[in-house]
Amino acid sequence: MKHLLSAADLSHDDALQILATAEQMHDVQRREVKKLPVLRGRTIVNLFFEDSTRTRSSFEIAGKWLSADVINVSAKGSSVSKGESLRDTAMTVAAMGVDGLVIRHHASGAPLQVTQWVDAMVVNAGDGTHEHPTQALLDAYTMQQRLGDLAGKRVAIVGDLTHSRVVRSNLILLRTLGADVTLVAPPTLMPSGIADWSAAEGFSYGYDFDEVLPDLDAVMMLRVQKERMSGGYFPTPREYTVGYGLTRDRLRALPDHAVICHPGPMNRGLEITADAADEARSLILDQVSAGVAVRMSVLYHLLGGAES
Amino acid sequence: MQRPDFSDAGSLDPGSAQAAPPPGRTVLSAGDISRALRRIAHEIVEHNKGADDLVVLGIPTRGEALATRLVGLLAEIEGAQVPVGSLDVTMYRDDLRSQPTRAVGATFIPESGIDDKVVVLVDDVLFSGRTVRAALDALGDLGRPRAVRLAVLVDRGHRELPIRADHVGKNLPTARSERVRVRLDENDGVDEVRIVGGES
Repeated sequence: MKHLLSAADLSHDDALQILATAEQMHDVQRREVKKLPVLRGRTIVNLFFEDSTRTRSSFEIAGKWLSADVINVSAKGSSVSKGESLRDTAMTVAAMGVDGLVIRHHASGAPLQVTQWVDAMVVNAGDGTHEHPTQALLDAYTMQQRLGDLAGKRVAIVGDLTHSRVVRSNLILLRTLGADVTLVAPPTLMPSGIADWSAAEGFSYGYDFDEVLPDLDAVMMLRVQKERMSGGYFPTPREYTVGYGLTRDRLRALPDHAVICHPGPMNRGLEITADAADEARSLILDQVSAGVAVRMSVLYHLLGGAES
Repeated sequence: MQRPDFSDAGSLDPGSAQAAPPPGRTVLSAGDISRALRRIAHEIVEHNKGADDLVVLGIPTRGEALATRLVGLLAEIEGAQVPVGSLDVTMYRDDLRSQPTRAVGATFIPESGIDDKVVVLVDDVLFSGRTVRAALDALGDLGRPRAVRLAVLVDRGHRELPIRADHVGKNLPTARSERVRVRLDENDGVDEVRIVGGES
């Protein structure tokens, strides 16, 4: 594995190993000296063409705790705002001799495209509506911490599936780890071609949240991405909440052992109520704290060894 | 990505315990190993004048099992429960860049910490000394022990760094081309040390 562009790049063994290493990294995070020498002398550039708080800062901290030099380049305030193309920006940065690029871009497939132009290792930190593999890894990591082995566990991913890059990565990774996945969304937010996709990948999907709720081990609520919508997906926010929000009533229907995830940032009151977000079963803050450990593990696995 | 290969100990031998007569010759039997560990435990308490402030840390994989046994023996000898843990050195190795990415083992530091303690590092084979150097670096990031001692089951020579063991189960002169295989009940279902390969 040279790059991490998609959750599909990870074999079952790779995924388990990254999750196991993340556990060790999590311990390092609780130490007084949070520094490991594994990436000493390596340089990582965070190339962010889209806004981000938690992903960019957790990649930055992860790189620094592994002793790499980390530089952030964001579209705003760089030559990108002067009209430089993705290719020129990537090649310019790579020409400085960096070892790794962490890329977030609004276009699906941008990180893959960059791998064809530069030699450096590339991590996809979210590309358009395509994938966000490190988010899927940290979701799996947090769920695993609470639920144990994910094989055979029932996970529902609920919400704006059409605009979500998290859903694809999560679906692929959870399937790799052997979980049973159900996608739930209003018909307008269900990706087109879902019937073929679910048949090919072996997951189920439905339009009725209440029907799947009592059998779940984990429920993952996705953010309604207002910024990617031009309206018309559902009549009113209230109607969305009634049909697909994690409300107080649905919390009661959810089994006691089940956990609640949300990749953030949350729209409280829309897809998730404050009650659900602040519940003991909610892993939302654990997800943030796991973000650094999981990204340390990913960087270690990609850059820690000899180039293959 | 693959399992850690502690190749300088030459002890990676997963699953072959069931295989027909293993190659090489036995240099330490189960009895020899247990006597050597008992002597090391005595040496440790003698040198430390008791079991106070001791922390025993095993270097994975087989150092962990040896550390646990040593602590059991210390409890027998001194009646004191010495804290035991494990110290993975994978991320401090100096050959990370020349190998495919290695899996990281578990590090567990006892609640009491290592600051101002006498840390006894335990490993199965002392060879080049590079694993021990990595362990010393790892310890430095975890705290500041009052002293660090090194206990090994086998010292096979061929040091590449100025490192020596304080407690040695057996000094075993070997050729560089030979491999020392330590197998322990906890990991391999049998206690023995064999020398494999070489010209003979």
